[in-house]
Amino acid sequence: MESSVLKIENFAASFGEHTILKDINLSFSRNTLTAIMGPSGCGKTTLIRCINRMHELVPNAKVSGKILLDNEDIYNTDPIIVRRQIGMVFQRPNPFPTMSIYDNVIAGYNLNGIKLRKEEMDQTVEESLRKAALWEEVKDALHRKGSFLSGGQQQRLCIARALAMHPEVLLLDEPTSALDPKSTAHIEELVSQLKDGVTIIQVTHNIAQAARVSDFTAFIYLGELVESGPTARMFTGPKDKRTEEYLTGKFG
Amino acid sequence: MNHTIADTAVHASRAKITMQYKWGISEALFRRLLYFAGLILVVLLAAIFFSLAIASFPALRQFGFSFLIGKTWDPVRGEFGAFAFLVGTLMSSFMALLISTVFSLPVSIFLGEYFRHGNVSTFMKSVIELLAGIPSVIYGFWGLFLLVPLVRALETKLGVAPQGVGIFTSSLVLAVMIIPYASSIGTEVISLVPSDLKEAALSLGATRFEVIRKIVLPYAYSGIFAGILLALGRALGETMAVTMVIGNSNFLPKSIFSPGNTMASIIANEFTEATGSLYLASLIELALVLFIVTTIINISGKLIIRKMSTGK
Amino acid sequence: MGKIETSVHRRIWIDKFFKGLIILLSLGSIVPMLLILFLITKNGISVVNWEFLSQLPKPVGEIGGGISNAILGTLWLILLSFIFSVPLGIFAGIFLSEYRAGRLAYLTSLSIEILQGIPSIVIGIIAYVWVVLPMGSFSALSGGVALGIMMLPVIVMATAETLKLIPDSLREASLALGVSYPRTIMKVILPAGLSGILSGILLGIARVTGETAPLLFTAFGSPFMNQNILKPINSLPLTIFNYATSPYPEWHTLAWGASFVLITFVLGLNLITKLVTKKWKVQF
Repeated sequence: MESSVLKIENFAASFGEHTILKDINLSFSRNTLTAIMGPSGCGKTTLIRCINRMHELVPNAKVSGKILLDNEDIYNTDPIIVRRQIGMVFQRPNPFPTMSIYDNVIAGYNLNGIKLRKEEMDQTVEESLRKAALWEEVKDALHRKGSFLSGGQQQRLCIARALAMHPEVLLLDEPTSALDPKSTAHIEELVSQLKDGVTIIQVTHNIAQAARVSDFTAFIYLGELVESGPTARMFTGPKDKRTEEYLTGKFG
Repeated sequence: MNHTIADTAVHASRAKITMQYKWGISEALFRRLLYFAGLILVVLLAAIFFSLAIASFPALRQFGFSFLIGKTWDPVRGEFGAFAFLVGTLMSSFMALLISTVFSLPVSIFLGEYFRHGNVSTFMKSVIELLAGIPSVIYGFWGLFLLVPLVRALETKLGVAPQGVGIFTSSLVLAVMIIPYASSIGTEVISLVPSDLKEAALSLGATRFEVIRKIVLPYAYSGIFAGILLALGRALGETMAVTMVIGNSNFLPKSIFSPGNTMASIIANEFTEATGSLYLASLIELALVLFIVTTIINISGKLIIRKMSTGK
Repeated sequence: MGKIETSVHRRIWIDKFFKGLIILLSLGSIVPMLLILFLITKNGISVVNWEFLSQLPKPVGEIGGGISNAILGTLWLILLSFIFSVPLGIFAGIFLSEYRAGRLAYLTSLSIEILQGIPSIVIGIIAYVWVVLPMGSFSALSGGVALGIMMLPVIVMATAETLKLIPDSLREASLALGVSYPRTIMKVILPAGLSGILSGILLGIARVTGETAPLLFTAFGSPFMNQNILKPINSLPLTIFNYATSPYPEWHTLAWGASFVLITFVLGLNLITKLVTKKWKVQF
């Protein structure tokens, strides 16, 4: 029995005069991994930044339409609460440089002034780092600052940090594009295991990666949602010509 | 949907996170605080200007423009003409500028061209930084005990009244003090001259000296000039070192070896003994003039620098 | 052929001569600094001992005495100027780094640049008009106000410059966790810029410690030990000025000692600033 945890309805977004997204209608089922694909500049990053209301931080940003999280319009909710329910991992790893690994993971609690008991904190840190496949590598160095970590490890730390908040939805914005192939493979694998607890939406440039790990795929081109559906179907029998051309590498 | 125990825990955790929110200062209030901080600074500057203007009003009203050209400064008789101090200020500052440029320009070329990296460069840069960090009262003290006897000996040799203190001595001290200001901007613009320009000249057979003279210096000219302007602004406002070696005379200086006073040094000398509102207002008017003049010079210098970085 | 050779010879000779001249004149500018440090150390170091640092100045004619009230006064003035300038300065610096366009930002920037160039004696007069006149007496408080105004631009610029260098990604990481804007600034951005802000504070302190002119008619100086900020207070530079310009040789000696203490403190602070910046700097 699948249900939609996130629904995007008639959604559009722009910066001042430039329209980035037009009339997007998309829904995401609980505990699935959806890949959002498309050529550079098509608006896929903007789309997920609208989902956690980061897009509006830019001056002159405008949106219209609805995005419903568990049937509540996130644009009618305080953005801070939205962002606590929807986590994001960015293209370039951005752990907090002044904090230790431990503090980085529970930063979402500490910075928000949410008090946890020590056992709760320890448990959350370990759980999140395990889910991010980083626990074994850092368990003896939890109170050191994360600057000695490699790029791939830093990104897994960011994933752990997002997971520690127990988000309903996790947004990944091309999380491996700044990493080496080995780290990329590592993270790909852990992401596919994460969806048991959280719904994942991943923007990716890597068509092969999308084919491998995602349950659903959405193809965005020039700000429009061209096509979406189960990954297997999209790749074997795309309905739109543009989808087919993109998937076979004719442009992108 | 099956709820497992783990689901419930997660759910409870989520509730905790999302609900514990209404704490702390709101964004709107914080932004207003930031705005206010910026505003205070602007208001502060305006308040400084207006306070000076208002406090010097009695003198402004009494003397008008003749304040600046009046040659007599006689507190007893209530006559306040600041011309002697204008002359003293200009003489000491411009001489200091001249003397310091003889050293600060070579330092700029030294650091910007010949020794841009390495230990020698670091050493020289540290020395220059040190020069800027020495408090002015110590410069004055040093000037008083080292330079004054030297100048006195010089004056004896030249057949001039051997006072030791005077405008010349003050310009010597000032010159040393402003070397860092003049040379720091010069160093930067000289080191930023594009190397392809220099290499083009060198490949045509020019010597290093010729490249510096014909390519580097013309290119860096406005930056060097800006540095000199900023040094001038510094020299005009310098008080303690000047007060200690300038001889403190209120008469119009007859030569560079005469004792004199600058606008800053007369304020330092007489402010605490000034009685009567006209006396005080006159001294404050001097401060107002200093404020306006140094502001104009500093802003001009900064404008030149800004134009250089956006123009090129 | 010969003519070209000699002219090339000449140009090479000029080139070498020029370089030598530059080096000579550059080294020449080191000479005053070396002289100052040498003189102060030579004349001052023998004066500094525990009595010197812990005793009050003695009246003229009596041997000995010390500068304890000047040292304490300087510390008081540093504290007061810190209180007046650091909180406001940091917030104004945050303002400038958050609002880079806009009229108020431009005006604030301009005001800071102008404030920085105001001669210190003019600031002293302002503090006189604003604090001494209404209070009816000289005080450490008015001296603190004057020095605070002088420290402000340093703090604002250090904060603004440091924070501007912090990449947006840090702010986004915090906001994406649902952290509010004020907390993001205060708990993530500001700590990341701590080393730059701290070095600005230390450099500001180093600068105002050596200031004399603004204290001439605010703090005014005093031969006594004073812990009351509403009364006149002594400071190291004031002591040096008074003693150095006095006609008594005993006092000149004390001035050398005080100069030694002052220079050690100021240069020491500069050194500490460099170490702090290096050690605590956050790399991105």
